[in-house]
Amino acid sequence: MRILGAIPTLLLVIAVAFLMVRAAPGGPFDSERALPPDVEQNIEKAYHLDEPLPAQFVRYLAGIAVGDFGPSFRYRDYTVSEIIRQAFPLSMRLGAMAMLLALIVGVSAGMAAALHKNSMLDRLISAVAMLGISVPIFVVAPLMVLVFAVSLDWLPASYAGSAGADRLIMPIIALALPQIAYIARLTRASMIEIMASDFVRTARAQGLRTASIIRYHAIKPAMLPLLSYMGPAIAAVLTGSIVVEQVFGIPGVGQFFISGALNRDYTLVLGITVFYAVIVIVLNLVVDLLYGFLDPRIRSR
Amino acid sequence: MKKLRRRCACLLVVGALALAACGGSGPSPEQESVLNRGNGVEPESLDVHRAASTEAHDVQRDIGEGLTGLTPQGELRAAAAERWEVSADGRQYTFWLRPDARWSNGELVTAEDFVFSYRRLVDPATAALYVKSVSDIENAAEIIAGDRPPSELGVIATDTHTLEIRLRHAVPYFLNLLTHPSMFPVHRGSLEEHADAHTRPGNLVGNGAYKLVDWQVGSVIELMRNEHYWDNANTAIDRVRHYVTSEPMSELSRYRAGELQVTRTIPPEAFAQMQAQRPAEVRVSAALSVYYYGLNMTVPVLSENPKLRQALSMAIDREVIAHDIVGRGEKPAYGWVPDGIAGYQGRRFPYASMPAEERLATAKQLYREAGFGANKPLRLELRYNTSDTHKRIALAAQSMWHELPGLEIALINEEFQVLVDNIRQREITQIFRLLWIGDYDDPHTFLSTLESDNPSNFTAYQSKIFDSLMQRAAESTDPVRRNVFLGEAESEMLADHPLIPLYFMVNKSMVSPQVEGWGDNVLNYHYSQHLSLSN
Repeated sequence: MRILGAIPTLLLVIAVAFLMVRAAPGGPFDSERALPPDVEQNIEKAYHLDEPLPAQFVRYLAGIAVGDFGPSFRYRDYTVSEIIRQAFPLSMRLGAMAMLLALIVGVSAGMAAALHKNSMLDRLISAVAMLGISVPIFVVAPLMVLVFAVSLDWLPASYAGSAGADRLIMPIIALALPQIAYIARLTRASMIEIMASDFVRTARAQGLRTASIIRYHAIKPAMLPLLSYMGPAIAAVLTGSIVVEQVFGIPGVGQFFISGALNRDYTLVLGITVFYAVIVIVLNLVVDLLYGFLDPRIRSR
Repeated sequence: MKKLRRRCACLLVVGALALAACGGSGPSPEQESVLNRGNGVEPESLDVHRAASTEAHDVQRDIGEGLTGLTPQGELRAAAAERWEVSADGRQYTFWLRPDARWSNGELVTAEDFVFSYRRLVDPATAALYVKSVSDIENAAEIIAGDRPPSELGVIATDTHTLEIRLRHAVPYFLNLLTHPSMFPVHRGSLEEHADAHTRPGNLVGNGAYKLVDWQVGSVIELMRNEHYWDNANTAIDRVRHYVTSEPMSELSRYRAGELQVTRTIPPEAFAQMQAQRPAEVRVSAALSVYYYGLNMTVPVLSENPKLRQALSMAIDREVIAHDIVGRGEKPAYGWVPDGIAGYQGRRFPYASMPAEERLATAKQLYREAGFGANKPLRLELRYNTSDTHKRIALAAQSMWHELPGLEIALINEEFQVLVDNIRQREITQIFRLLWIGDYDDPHTFLSTLESDNPSNFTAYQSKIFDSLMQRAAESTDPVRRNVFLGEAESEMLADHPLIPLYFMVNKSMVSPQVEGWGDNVLNYHYSQHLSLSN
């Protein structure tokens, strides 16, 4: 049922995205060099831009129905599906590893901070997390390259600079840093709240040890706010970060999305938007299912 | 919990070590000479008839060649054709192809290949973006417009290795036009077999010094020596990788880390540092391009006030903009055609040599004569597209223009595609930032953009005198007389001030000391086949 319910949402996303990208001024073939009128006509014909907008929309929908996102307007040797197929696995791999790293480090740090509330450790973790959130990636990532690639020569400066797995280390860390900070703060806040709640106090009154209270009673509910954050966060990380991709020269989805939007590559922007929408919808579905698993109140509804 | 955490930490450390260990083995085998070039943004196509960007053209010049080419110093050289003859009226060209010119699959390159390719370029079904090079060939315009079949193009193969090209009118720079990748041949067999996929590795058949072996979209295009190339014996570098480097600062980091031997550009924020630290690696040379502010000549206050236009031009201190704001060797532009074009001396504003104070005083006087002043204020908008450099130049221009009493300049920042659209519409735009990059080594590539009917005439400048001078230049077969007419046309246009040239741009690259054979030329062509690597 939920899966069927996603179809109208998806159609709405396509329609709105289609209209928005077309409403933007400028076209995919505008540049500092104007095209002779005849050449412009030939190109518009080749890409069906000479047809009325509703006809183009129907043509586009018909393509999507069979999994064809059309040819890219800018990257004329490739179809949008081919570009996504090349770029997405890499973005996904990087994103998944970054998210895993962020979860492990972020949750551990958040827990440690919460359990030692107001200690030096807590203050340190909170301060570092604050820094992680407020210092943007476009500052951190080039700095990492300067230190670890240019000065120390420990790691390649770009994804293409090495064939080994070491080329992934800096991008993964750069992608994970803000997530670590955010997850740590979320975990800390939620853990502190849970540890002060009535059922934990009851458990304590019954003489349970702190370790087992955490393990059997506190962890699951403490993870709930994190879970609702994870759905959109994973979707965002999986579809690539334009900054990390540009700094490390990673051929991921993010840079195609941005360059597509700037170049008015209608089909590429639409294709990635639709693809992204599908991922968000699926991940939200997964989060809802997990919610039921973690929170019995929701399951029973 | 504690134990679990410790285990996690251990795993992470081990994982990182394992990853680091994997990275040790480099990808390239020994003895092979490999050149890694930063190539800017992802090339939009490797199909010579579909590409229009310099990024794509730079790769294409490695994997294909036209009838003619350029030397590292920018002089014309024979390429696929070994010699040619031009008729007395300059309208008929005969080319003799090299009998040993071969495609990367070993087949002979024939005159018929060129006929096929040029017909494909003008065929409306190809929807080529760039047709300037072919447009002077007989019937090209009519074929592109769909009024004649492609078979009527004025290109004939008289035998396997002889090609005849007939032009609409004499074009003195025609041999230079042939160096452009749009005039390279495409391989008919692979095109017919693979259609749109003919540019993929394994499918692409080219006639250049290198062949395509890998293309990872958004990352790298890898080329290898083409053993069938006629001049393979003189090709030094075995493998060339054109990397996508869309962000200049990270391109520079990659260069400094030794991952690239050549960069596409040098970012302004790091230029001074590089020049201080690695002066021998900073390569700066005059480029065939001009950065300018155009005036929309359909706006009455601008079109009806030549004195106002001149005042706007004179109030700008170009020295400050070229030296202090961009400062990478750019030259202040007091004219439209840059220096460095053989046989042509660009015309300059008469006030080029005037001291700055005197120039400003004259500007103020002209401004007053145009009827404006503190009691009759004027508000104009300057549009530019998002970029730090454009913004800094616009701010400087704004403060210079504020010297004219009562003149208020509003700065409007737009996304590039929006700016170009607004310029084309000519409705809300008043003053706009753009640049013009010359396509071939001839003043015509600059001056023709101001002809009344040229689609790239963004200012909408209309001058019968200018048009007729351009016409007379086009009709003259004597190169000296032609340049005189072109010079008069430039002077005429400059006096009318439909635009305000700010500075002539430069090509700038970091080039590793390992790279030999790098030459400076205005078109910024750097064929990999002319380069070699020392250890």
